[in-house]
Amino acid sequence: MHFPYLSFMTFFPLVGMLIIGLMPSHRADCIKKVALFTTLPPLVAAIGLLMHFDKANAGLQLFEGPYAWIPAFHIQYYMGVDGLSLVMLLLTALVCPICILASWGIEKSPKGYFALFLLLDSAMMGVFSSLDFFLFYVFWEVMLLPMYFLIGIWGGPRREYAAVKFFLYTLLGSVLMLLVMLAFYFYSDGNTFNLVTLANQQTHLGPLKGEHFRHLCWLGLFIGFAIKIPAFPFHTWLPDAHVEAPTAISVILAAVLLKMGIYGILRICYPILPDATVHFGTLMAVIGVINIVYGALCAMAQKDFKKLIAYSSISHMGFCLLGMSSFTPEGLNGTVLQMFNHGTITAQLFLLVGVIYDRAHHRDLEGFGGMAQIMPRYSAMTAFAFFAALGLPGLSGFVSEVLCFLGGFRSFPIITVISVSGVVLTAAYMLWTYQRVFLGQVNEKYKAFSDITARELTTLIPLVIIVVVLGVYPSYILDLMNPTLVALGKTLTDLKIAGL
Amino acid sequence: MRENLLHFIPELVLIGTILVLFLAAFLASAQQRLFPQIAFVGLLMMLLANYGSRDLPAIHFFSGMVTYDALGHFFKYIFGLVGLMGIIFSHQSAELEKADLPSYYTLIIALILGMVLLATASNLLMIYLSLEMVSVLSYILTGYLRGVRRSSEAALKYVIYGGVASGMMAYGFSLLYGLTGSMDLTTMAQYLGANPASRSLLYVGVLFSMAGFGYKVAAFPFHMWCPDVYEGAPTPFTAILSVGPKAAGFAVLIRFFLTALTHSSASGDFIDFKDTGWPEMIAILSIATMTLGNLTALVQSNIKRLLAYSSIAHAGYMLMGLAALNNEAVRAVLFYLVVYAVMNLGAFLVVIIISNRLGTEQIEDYKGLGHRGSLGLLLAVAMTIFLFSLTGVPPLAGFIGKFYLFGAVVRAGLYPLAIIGVLNSVISLYYYVRVIKLMFFDQPADASPLSLPVVSHSYVVSGLAILTVYFGLFWNGLAALTERSAKLLF
Repeated sequence: MHFPYLSFMTFFPLVGMLIIGLMPSHRADCIKKVALFTTLPPLVAAIGLLMHFDKANAGLQLFEGPYAWIPAFHIQYYMGVDGLSLVMLLLTALVCPICILASWGIEKSPKGYFALFLLLDSAMMGVFSSLDFFLFYVFWEVMLLPMYFLIGIWGGPRREYAAVKFFLYTLLGSVLMLLVMLAFYFYSDGNTFNLVTLANQQTHLGPLKGEHFRHLCWLGLFIGFAIKIPAFPFHTWLPDAHVEAPTAISVILAAVLLKMGIYGILRICYPILPDATVHFGTLMAVIGVINIVYGALCAMAQKDFKKLIAYSSISHMGFCLLGMSSFTPEGLNGTVLQMFNHGTITAQLFLLVGVIYDRAHHRDLEGFGGMAQIMPRYSAMTAFAFFAALGLPGLSGFVSEVLCFLGGFRSFPIITVISVSGVVLTAAYMLWTYQRVFLGQVNEKYKAFSDITARELTTLIPLVIIVVVLGVYPSYILDLMNPTLVALGKTLTDLKIAGL
Repeated sequence: MRENLLHFIPELVLIGTILVLFLAAFLASAQQRLFPQIAFVGLLMMLLANYGSRDLPAIHFFSGMVTYDALGHFFKYIFGLVGLMGIIFSHQSAELEKADLPSYYTLIIALILGMVLLATASNLLMIYLSLEMVSVLSYILTGYLRGVRRSSEAALKYVIYGGVASGMMAYGFSLLYGLTGSMDLTTMAQYLGANPASRSLLYVGVLFSMAGFGYKVAAFPFHMWCPDVYEGAPTPFTAILSVGPKAAGFAVLIRFFLTALTHSSASGDFIDFKDTGWPEMIAILSIATMTLGNLTALVQSNIKRLLAYSSIAHAGYMLMGLAALNNEAVRAVLFYLVVYAVMNLGAFLVVIIISNRLGTEQIEDYKGLGHRGSLGLLLAVAMTIFLFSLTGVPPLAGFIGKFYLFGAVVRAGLYPLAIIGVLNSVISLYYYVRVIKLMFFDQPADASPLSLPVVSHSYVVSGLAILTVYFGLFWNGLAALTERSAKLLF
């Protein structure tokens, strides 16, 4: 019996939420400290998880359960990790304390804000550790509620529109997932929601009715996950949500929530419906290239700093789609590494936008100029993040993009060649943005701005270190997930070859 | 005969309560506080009597007019609890201040009796009589606010729609009687199973009968009375109306379809005798009902009207579950009725408290409710839980209810129905969330903290909210109860 790391990481934030709920609402400082100290133990637990994790084992491990939860419907409390979920849990555990620090300036009812934030934290951990589809679904949906309020109450001027749009889009996706979940349940041997059992039943060989039915199921799941990624054409909620959300919530949204779409596809679609996945591989690749190029072009046209980064996220998630659709070990490793790297890099970008927004109270790219002379340290940090985002060799983003392209090229040469143009476009809008904001004529209005503060730097430094380390030596992360992803890719490649 | 009366004790307790209320009205009409107490105790005793009769064998009695079985037993609990809630809600209601309380509570108890009879009736005549009993009492209670124009108007509309619907139902019944030669549901089933009667006549008869049932559950196209009546009736009664008669309507629908028109197959699914396509018919009704309810709810500005259209939509969801006509279907509908009762009564109680305190039913006036002191926050949080639960978001009870309904539909392979159903859930989110948005995202016009006229109401609201969350996480007991109760005596 090992320490229940996963349950601890999932439910400890709830304890913090209860404590905050009982505190008087005027003790804002205390509430912030409690929130910060509730997100640190899960980070420690994540490191403990890392220590206990057997890297050589490709399968799931460190199980908790299965314990019967609702025996009448064979619903279980069942958690476990493999290389894929471990990486995502590490990312979540790392980003949450950073976001609490980034929210230090929240003035409007901090009690509600931090309580909801911790609920969100708990649900995110739950999604990445669940091995029971029903449990997964409950955590997946629970995430929506705090997110809706966090955007809707603490957001920008059009927050209500953005919050409702976010909620409606994601709910649409998840109800389709609900139907597929029920179909899995009723057509599985022995009626189960257990993801491991579902994956082992080899649906392509018999159960789960006909081929068309499996394709329908796959599409239902894919739409649900694609909305979260967000993949074209379901991406329109993201720029709105990002622009209106407060800084820390944008960070969570970009760094963790978007990853859940890809994670869901890799955890549920790939192992349970392998033949349908192979069938729709090209579709995913095409959506991926549209995301890359279209997202980059949209980013180039933006005048709002935050919207630009939102579109760059869409573009970067396209690399993940391209990599995973290749089913090659390189592509899959690239995808998951890209998820992690995008999490760390985009988190920095949103934090940096937050820094300038707190001072100028606007994000209009044309409204700045020459900031490098006023805020030199801030400009240096931004330059670093921009270079990481555009995939400069030596920084982590480069490694994952190259892996995605390597994998993609083996399966879809033409699509990959088109995608590579995305790299050029990314460099173009990033550099152009940098030029508009930081170089050129100094804007007299902002002469008095103070440079980046120690607290703001504290939120950035850990991310910077990770980006550099993984840029030089990506094996730290790759070794964790490689066996899992190689095994996953092998099943699909075998099927693909057999199909041809 | 003694045996029969033993099965009938809960009903006898209700009749006794009505008599006591009559007597009390003569002897102590000045003691206004006495009447809710008598009614409350009467209902508690009825629930106890029902609990005491749990192990009795299932039988038809009173010459086959009434049935005692697990399904009826289950519904007696529901009606008893809804009645208790209704009495608590009516307590110190601002609307009922000037009303004649002795007869109000007598009518409520009589209404409960009518619903119990409707849920246990196993003969077309008895169904008709008890349905009329429920209807007539509902008309009176709707128009109970004498001198209030919209209350009287609502009652009149209700009477007219009700008259037409029950006329159509009586015609449908007469066709079914002519076809099968019997009024008894079980005998009808035996006849239909053995004789190749005309399919089209059967179809017409059932369609006309559906008018009466559809009117009780507020299903398309017999839903028109619903928003006006909900808006016009005294709110505590609206709360009962939105749950009680709807549950009774579903009880009789289940009994009618599963006893008279289908037989159960070896796998436990119900198969109709003549391949008449009952699932398809119910599915079409369900789609029309939920889509209409949800789309119309989008544009409402009065919270009672909003909840009226939402209750139409929920009738649609439950019809969707019923359309599956499999083992899971009855269980799912029963389960959903319980969680629907909890969350809908909770939402109505919040509406009652707001209307008592602020004198308004406009959704606009809910603005900033969450910022108005601790009571305002409590009401806003509770309302949020109820509305999210009505939408069907986990981990709340409404989600589990929908999960069961969709489970029944998916198992029956009615995928288009399931997809339309989930899309409807998404639409419904929009109008529920509008209320939540107003309560939390907007600032109130008047930021003074709310004070509560009746302290016990805030406990009941909290209790219902906790129950909504509890059933969302641990519904094993409720699932076991509904599974036991989903057994009919054919």
